[in-house]
Amino acid sequence: MENKLMNLTLKVWRQKDAKSKGGFETYQVEGISPDTSFLEMLDILNNKLIHEDGQPVAFDKGCKGPFAFDHDCREGICGMCSLYINGEAHGPDSEITTCQLHMRKFKDGDTITIEPWRSAAFPVIRDLVVERGAFDKILQAGGFVSVNTGGVPDANSIPIPRDDAEESMDAAACIGCGACVATCKNGSAMLFVSARVSSLALLPQGKVEGARRAKAMVAKMDELGFGNCTNTQACQMECPKGISIGHIARLNREFLCAKFKD
Amino acid sequence: MATDKLISKVPAGPLENKWSAHKAAIKVVSPANKRKLDIIVIGTGLGGGAAAAALGELGYNVKVFCISDSPRRAHSIAAQGGINAAKNYQNDNDSVFRLFYDTIKGGDYRAREANVYRLAEVSNLIIDQCVAQGVPFAREYGGLLDNRSFGGAQVSRTFYARGQTGQQLLLGAYAALNRAVGKGWVKSYPRHEMLDLVVEDGEARGIIARNLATGDIERFGAHAVVIASGGYGNVFFLSTNAMNSNGSAAFQCYKKGAWFANPCFTQIHPTCIPVHGDQQSKLTLMSESLRNDGRIWVPKKMEDVKAIRSGAKKASDIEEKDRDYYLERRYPAFGNLVPRDVASRAAKERCDAGFGVNETGLAVFLDFKTAIERLGVDVIRARYGNLFQMYEKITDVDPYKEPMMIYPAVHYTMGGLWVDYNLETTVPGLYAIGEANFSDHGANRLGASALMQGLADGYFVLPYTIGDYLSKKIQAPKVSTDTPAFEEAEKAIREKIEKLFAIKGTHTVDEFHKKLGNVMWEDVGMARSKESLERAIVQIAQLRKDFWKDVYVPGENGEFNQEVEKALRLVDVLELGELMARDGLNRNESCGGHFRLEYQTPEGETLRDDKHYAYVAVWEYKGLDQTPEMHKEELEFEVAHPSQRNYKD
Amino acid sequence: MKSPFIVSSSVGRKFVMSLSGAFLVLFFTFHAAMNVVAVISADAYNWICAVLGANWYALVATLMLAGGVVLHILYGIWLTLQNRKARGRERYAVSVNPPGVHWSSKNMLVLGFVVLCGLCVHLVHFWSKMQLVEVMGQHVNSLGLNPQDGAALIEYTFSKWYNVLIYLVWFAAIWLHLNHGIWSMFQSSGINNQTWLPRLKRLSNAWTTLVVLMFALVVIVFFIKSLI
Repeated sequence: MENKLMNLTLKVWRQKDAKSKGGFETYQVEGISPDTSFLEMLDILNNKLIHEDGQPVAFDKGCKGPFAFDHDCREGICGMCSLYINGEAHGPDSEITTCQLHMRKFKDGDTITIEPWRSAAFPVIRDLVVERGAFDKILQAGGFVSVNTGGVPDANSIPIPRDDAEESMDAAACIGCGACVATCKNGSAMLFVSARVSSLALLPQGKVEGARRAKAMVAKMDELGFGNCTNTQACQMECPKGISIGHIARLNREFLCAKFKD
Repeated sequence: MATDKLISKVPAGPLENKWSAHKAAIKVVSPANKRKLDIIVIGTGLGGGAAAAALGELGYNVKVFCISDSPRRAHSIAAQGGINAAKNYQNDNDSVFRLFYDTIKGGDYRAREANVYRLAEVSNLIIDQCVAQGVPFAREYGGLLDNRSFGGAQVSRTFYARGQTGQQLLLGAYAALNRAVGKGWVKSYPRHEMLDLVVEDGEARGIIARNLATGDIERFGAHAVVIASGGYGNVFFLSTNAMNSNGSAAFQCYKKGAWFANPCFTQIHPTCIPVHGDQQSKLTLMSESLRNDGRIWVPKKMEDVKAIRSGAKKASDIEEKDRDYYLERRYPAFGNLVPRDVASRAAKERCDAGFGVNETGLAVFLDFKTAIERLGVDVIRARYGNLFQMYEKITDVDPYKEPMMIYPAVHYTMGGLWVDYNLETTVPGLYAIGEANFSDHGANRLGASALMQGLADGYFVLPYTIGDYLSKKIQAPKVSTDTPAFEEAEKAIREKIEKLFAIKGTHTVDEFHKKLGNVMWEDVGMARSKESLERAIVQIAQLRKDFWKDVYVPGENGEFNQEVEKALRLVDVLELGELMARDGLNRNESCGGHFRLEYQTPEGETLRDDKHYAYVAVWEYKGLDQTPEMHKEELEFEVAHPSQRNYKD
Repeated sequence: MKSPFIVSSSVGRKFVMSLSGAFLVLFFTFHAAMNVVAVISADAYNWICAVLGANWYALVATLMLAGGVVLHILYGIWLTLQNRKARGRERYAVSVNPPGVHWSSKNMLVLGFVVLCGLCVHLVHFWSKMQLVEVMGQHVNSLGLNPQDGAALIEYTFSKWYNVLIYLVWFAAIWLHLNHGIWSMFQSSGINNQTWLPRLKRLSNAWTTLVVLMFALVVIVFFIKSLI
């Protein structure tokens, strides 16, 4: 395996807090191995910035010190990492999160622009970190099956066709990262909402309150200021879990059928 | 030394009746009174999420805290393989007893029998609950649930949802939690980190937390506090834990009077992607389920090893007769499905002997060639597709063509806060569930059992047992946070933070953490000795001193500041690492994940000393830089009599 | 009072877009089929024009059509404004169009505007000289032609090269707009899934191409006729 080290120029969005105005800062990173993950590269840069911050001389920038970015599991499953890298959510590779992106996708000497998710419903908290609590609120409105703990039937009492369970699982793979919203030119959360609605609508356990769920979740989504879906499909292209807009169609169906019954 | 604090409260009577008898004996709180009682839950993984939801449904006022931006990010989400339950759907003679027995044996007879039996007993309820919540478990064409086998068991009892079982179970618990939040039963505090436990009159009264988005230090009072903050694997810096997972909350409880049990029991997971360089910050786990179909090997001949390392040969070039399938060779009965600790040590043994297959010499092959020939690529893709994809994204190697390279990495900590049968710590009103407690896995946890324990504690144990304590609190007023205890705790936290900023040293938090990780991995890792542990204790104490003199924390407290978050966690971890070494030093035997070089059989297996060490080592904090005091809870085995673990025949 | 879901809900609003769009697609299809007749026989075409003159049913249909167009446009503008707001104030400095995302799908408003401009030209060219004239109760239009002699009007209009150009550009915009619009209307009304998505896209493509080819055929045939 070739292991040529890379030098890169990074343009990173810096913003002190939600109220402040942000802007780009340019940094250099040197000696990055292609096997390094993108977030490890950011760790390396941040470590360097902390050292430079420790020596205030010759560092006359608006935003000093390390920049903030969300990350956690670094296995592509928790959905915490975000980042709009060179104009793409989770960077230039398909069906991955930023933490799974590796530097071999870049070339020595590249300039990489890193921005936070930009959407009215996801305000920037600091630098590259955004507030995605709106997703929680949508799910709190109806993204569940109303069963209390205990007193449920045996797991095998209701057979579920394998294909339905598999399709439900396809939708349930959503990690709630927000790439769909970030990528959508309309800032629409339809892929996220539909993934949950569709996953539950495909199972007998979820069907029971399917109508109520679709209505409640769509209403909350609209209330929180997400845009209208115009079927550009950008969301499914950028979804790290490859969730199809077929689920959006199911959400539309669930919602419209529910409304016509009212 | 017996002590009146370590009363396990395990009821008398036959093992299979203990939980029912206990449930019948403990008190309950009426719905009208539940409304008056507040509970704080720290953490939103399978344990915390499930507990908060279940307690909210019961009618308690619950406040739930997590450090991420959403409860759904908890690291339970990363569990891949599956969850065990004694459903016996496969008709392979599984039973509650067999699951209990496998777990006790897998834990190398260092867990409490009654707790483990209860875990096996409620395992079936968990599957029912999850299916009712809409968890899309894998199914057969007939529509019924599918199972797979897992390490340490000879039956197929593991339920799974592709390679994302933890995610699906967590989303189930998270959905239940969302419902409870939506209904107003639970209040959720994301991006909040517990920084201290507040104890008043010897009872848990609340916490001090830092709002991570604003840096505000806030007080929260409650009638009971539940710690569900997971394990402390990040002591090793490099581990499969999420970057933000930390043992801090549990450790703060330890410093406030909750005793800490078996801290040296850490699990090293055998199937992780090997380390690639010194700038790495995270190790990636590949599900243990891969061992169902993958065969682990290294070359038999040293010249092949060299050829592979130099790139002259590929793994697929090595002929069958020149491959050493060392697990199948050493453990014919279980083969590649031996428990994790056994598989990890066997990999280390081969690599130490010089047969490691990557540049660092710290990797072995996990090969799917035989399985692909037997089952076809499509079946393998259906079973492990997402894992194969993940592997390829990280390493740039296609595992359908070339075998994966794996090496053990720190994964799970069996030790944790000591709890009694009610899951209550030695501080009244303070509970610990899931990985944060020590109770169910002994010295080694079997695969697919962590999910089981988290959900068992959260859904089906704690909601019952906490009532026994809270029934005494029904007359108690709302907990006031304007008391000297809260005042003092908050002041101490503020001082600690100010002190960290004031040091203005020359090294970053991560640099100290990496140093600590190195010490831990080298001296308190997969193989330990008296000498290495003693060395670690000295080194960690020195590191702690250096940290307080030379760390640099940029920025200020009153803002979103990830460096101060890490610094505060490292402060605790620098003490916890030492406690782990002390515990390892005390335990002059090898058992499960704790392998002392001095105590091994001629074949290199663990050599337990049941006569002297069949106890839980429980540590009491005595003050900073003071030697903690060890107490013992003797383990009594009425049913599962300890025997040497044998996975050979 | 709570406003109905076709106003208050994003899915409802999209349903209105899809329903009004479907109506327009059907109209286009009918119109294209009718136009082709002109190539075959001028008399047959004029007979159709007569049937669709100033009769009550034709007028009702025209009004409905106009209503559909207005609704589609108003909703389109409304949705776009909402969507711009949802995008937030700060825009991406760098943005890459992911593969598989068609330019047209992201520019439906622009395309719609081009289609609308073409429509205005078309109304001046034809409708104002045919149905409108009849509605006004006159029997001869500004070109001195019988308002029911559509064939002659076609012949006149497409003898001018600049009209041909304008119409062909217009048809291209219609092709792009409908190509996204047709499968989109199935999607927005929930009549779609993963299996049918590629099928509906192919259907969308075929249908749009057929309709636009039929329109273009008339224009080109009459232009060539005018040359010889």
